Amino acid sequence: MTALDSVDLRINKGELFGVLGPNGAGKTTLLKILSTLLLPTSGKAYVAGFDVEKDLLDVRKRINMVSGGEISGYGLLTVRENLWMFSQFYGIKSKEANARIEELLGRFGLTEKAKEKVRTLSTGQRQKMNVIRGFVTNPEIVFLDEPTLGLDVNAARAVRDFIVDWIRSDRSRTVLLTTHYMMEADELCDRIAIIDDGKILACDTPSNLKRMVKMNTTLTLSVAGLNEIAGFDTIQGLNSYSQTKDVESSTTKLRFVLEDESCVSDIVSKVVAEGSKIMSLQKTEPTLEDVFIKLVGRGLE
Amino acid sequence: MTDSYLMRNLRAVRGRAYPRLIGSTREPSWFVFDVILPLFTIAGYAYVYKFLDARAELIGYVVLGGAMTAFWLNILWSMASQLYWEKEIGNLPLYLMAPISRMSILAGMAVGGLFETTIQAAMTLAIGAIAFNVVFSLASPVMLLVVFVVTMIALYGMGMMFASLYLLLGREAYHLSALMMEPVYFASGFYFPVRHLGFWAAAGASVIPITLGLDALRQIIFPEGIAEDAFLPLNTEIALLSGLCVVFMVLSRYALRYMEYLGKTTGRLTLRWQ
Repeated sequence: MTALDSVDLRINKGELFGVLGPNGAGKTTLLKILSTLLLPTSGKAYVAGFDVEKDLLDVRKRINMVSGGEISGYGLLTVRENLWMFSQFYGIKSKEANARIEELLGRFGLTEKAKEKVRTLSTGQRQKMNVIRGFVTNPEIVFLDEPTLGLDVNAARAVRDFIVDWIRSDRSRTVLLTTHYMMEADELCDRIAIIDDGKILACDTPSNLKRMVKMNTTLTLSVAGLNEIAGFDTIQGLNSYSQTKDVESSTTKLRFVLEDESCVSDIVSKVVAEGSKIMSLQKTEPTLEDVFIKLVGRGLE
Repeated sequence: MTDSYLMRNLRAVRGRAYPRLIGSTREPSWFVFDVILPLFTIAGYAYVYKFLDARAELIGYVVLGGAMTAFWLNILWSMASQLYWEKEIGNLPLYLMAPISRMSILAGMAVGGLFETTIQAAMTLAIGAIAFNVVFSLASPVMLLVVFVVTMIALYGMGMMFASLYLLLGREAYHLSALMMEPVYFASGFYFPVRHLGFWAAAGASVIPITLGLDALRQIIFPEGIAEDAFLPLNTEIALLSGLCVVFMVLSRYALRYMEYLGKTTGRLTLRWQ
């Protein structure tokens, strides 16, 4: 079985790079090779300029990894002890390690859990602890393998916010994130590689990837008190429009197909100028899922 | 990254030893399972010797041997199977990815296990000695310490080697521990002097360091039994144990490298339930 096939990627320093693909696409295999846990059967991989096969120590000094659903550590140790233990494998002095641990525990709202045994933590708290473990060594490069897998909305949000803050606070840091959550990849990543069946199908910024899909943006307005639907033809960048009246709620749903998104303000101004009241506004544009379907011919799940 | 490679590895040893050091204070049940239960076995053998009106030093051998079973159990059930369990709980990839020698992880496991087990064995020894009026001769505490240290280095070196081999065998290796427990109690002479198995049987059993270590310790602590019970001269046993230290350390290093290479080419190290 070929897990990865002719993968050719270059990730720049300071980038938050995403690898998006379904389960079994080869995302984790890619991360394991880059984190020196697997040997590629052919080809070369470099991390921070070091060969992952030959310069193991140089690579390992600079990296760390966090996986979703991770259950690492020892249940009988406290959260603080577990984090300290893992920091020791990177030679961090205890005083320095403990200071970083305190700071990160505070960042993730886990200070009160510092003295609790790991086995008493909830799934979300445990994953937050795992994220802290990955970052407490202050790595140059962090590999995140579906770090928000199985987390509730709040815990996932905390992890995502931290990742963004971490990389934006120092441009020498790099994150390689694998995920099969479209929204997560779109929200977090500077660039995304879409992978399926071991092959990289596309690699670009989220907005450029979405431009690959020939799908116009649509703007849907729900308005009350609309008297006349005319005069929109003169708005530049507007492709077409239609209306649907909802007698029950006394509103009109206007749907505009846009060629150029800059005309949104003109449309809104026009509707308001007609004396109508905008009840809701929704803009629909191509998603990464549309990109994935276009590239692979099926959805991500 | 703040220190030299050596310091980093020393910190790693300390870090990995910590769960075992602290573990004994968090799970007080060890006192019952690891101190009290061995005393029942010791009592069984001790009363048999008493009823047979055997020499007093034989009861001393039993108490010492019974206390030393803690180390063999620690090797089988903690050291040998530890890497396998580390893989199952997801720690192994994190250990392998760290910028340290894998030997430091094993050494940390060994140091922590040795410390924890020494406390258990010392308590069993003390209670056993009081219960059966065992008199120890401590004419040469330095020699006692030397024998104990070389025995433990060789024994835990073997445990480190087993750790890699068990990982390669996967879950089935657990049966190996069960298989090796009682026969080694017998072959290594935990409850009687190994010399009485006959020279070749005792020599074969000496591959397991605790066989020679136990015989050497008995020679130091119960010198009155040397003429009848000593397997080999003390200095010879120390020399052989020192050789076993080197052999098992080298083998454990190779086993670990082989295991890691195999794991990295097949992916087995990072896959659970294999």
